[in-house]
Amino acid sequence: MRVQEFISIINGTVLNPSADLSTEVSGCGAADLMSDVLASLQPATVLLTGLCNPQVIRTAQMADITAVVIVRGKNPALETIHLAETERIPLITTPMGMFEACGRLYQAGLICLEGPVVNEECHNE
Amino acid sequence: MEQPKPPRSRIMTDKEAEHITRSEELAYELKVAEVMASNPVTVPPEMKMREALDIFRNHQISGAPVVENGQLTGIISIEDLIRSLIQSDTDAEIRGYMSINPHVVYADDPLIEALKTFVSTRVGRLPVVDRQGNLIGILTKGDITRGLLKALQSDYQTEEVRRYRASHLFEDIESERTSLILRYNIKAGDFAHGGSASSKIKRALTRMGASPQIARRCGIATYEAEMNLIIHTTDGGVIRVEIEPHQISVDVYDYGPGIKDVEEAMRPGYSTATEKVRELGFGAGMGLVNISRCVDLMKLESQFGKGTRLRMKLNVLSQDLGGESRKNDSGG
Repeated sequence: MRVQEFISIINGTVLNPSADLSTEVSGCGAADLMSDVLASLQPATVLLTGLCNPQVIRTAQMADITAVVIVRGKNPALETIHLAETERIPLITTPMGMFEACGRLYQAGLICLEGPVVNEECHNE
Repeated sequence: MEQPKPPRSRIMTDKEAEHITRSEELAYELKVAEVMASNPVTVPPEMKMREALDIFRNHQISGAPVVENGQLTGIISIEDLIRSLIQSDTDAEIRGYMSINPHVVYADDPLIEALKTFVSTRVGRLPVVDRQGNLIGILTKGDITRGLLKALQSDYQTEEVRRYRASHLFEDIESERTSLILRYNIKAGDFAHGGSASSKIKRALTRMGASPQIARRCGIATYEAEMNLIIHTTDGGVIRVEIEPHQISVDVYDYGPGIKDVEEAMRPGYSTATEKVRELGFGAGMGLVNISRCVDLMKLESQFGKGTRLRMKLNVLSQDLGGESRKNDSGG
């Protein structure tokens, strides 16, 4: 599936016009922790997240993420959009919640490209 | 420079729309002189329409500026020729059919000016003059499209050339042991630029011909380390990357405050990050763990009150089959 089709499924809007929407997408991952993205998302994945700051784009760039979707209709800061523009990573916003966006994409045949973060217990704090 | 962008529908095709923003930038960067056709075919006003038809046919053009005593006096196009043909009036002089006082563009105008004129006047071609008013070229919409596509292509080639040069660096320079050192100063608390050094490191590696896997692993490891400098240090720190054909060594150091208990800091989930940092999606206590998963060798030394030094190494194999999966231990 191309990013273009992907966007129509989640009723999304592209925020950076220079982005290449012809890239092929095979799966997704959803996370709000950037370290989780860096640790567990495979390359060529679409990232769904609730985070809006420029670090999302930096993280996407480091982890070779194909496109970033901001859920719950949030509008990211201008710096985030500018960075996405410079790095040519499609930045998409969708009015859908995380649960619905993931559900619809899963139904459309996209697979999960989140690997387990193995061998590590995560005590929170 | 003016704000409004040219209306897309009239100028760009779908194919070009993929590059639309770069095209728009180029419309401001490129000058009319760079894309126009120089030394245009001109005709005198006393020439007969019939003769103009022959000239158009021979030169495969559909319009020409009319010049009298070195001065641009009008423009004659294929439409004017058709009018004269319909009226069986091809023996008439061009003077009677040409458009007078044609719109012109200046050679040193940015392309966007010409685009605006095309859109507002709907003419097919614009004579190009210098600031003294001398005719030096002619510009059609086709010239603009060709000029933009050529510039986009050369952008692409510039990156290819950079990549080629960088990837041959080690072959071109002879020494017992050649390495390239990159240094980046990272400011404490500079969240706005968080990751820009790692981004440059990753790009440098890619240009030097590193495999996407190595570039990604090194990018992730330096990014986590860069964020640590921004989040935790009192005065920032330095990232130093040494690139050699067989390995990449990264040295990240700072002058404080240092880590109280290094062993504890390495434990997954351990974090001292503030709420602000957590809002950015960091501070879950996974940074060092992530780093150790991405590199082949990692050494963290710290003295509380003095500073921290993090050293990592990535082996570059000749065929470079490395991926994250190749990594095993969770550091220590």
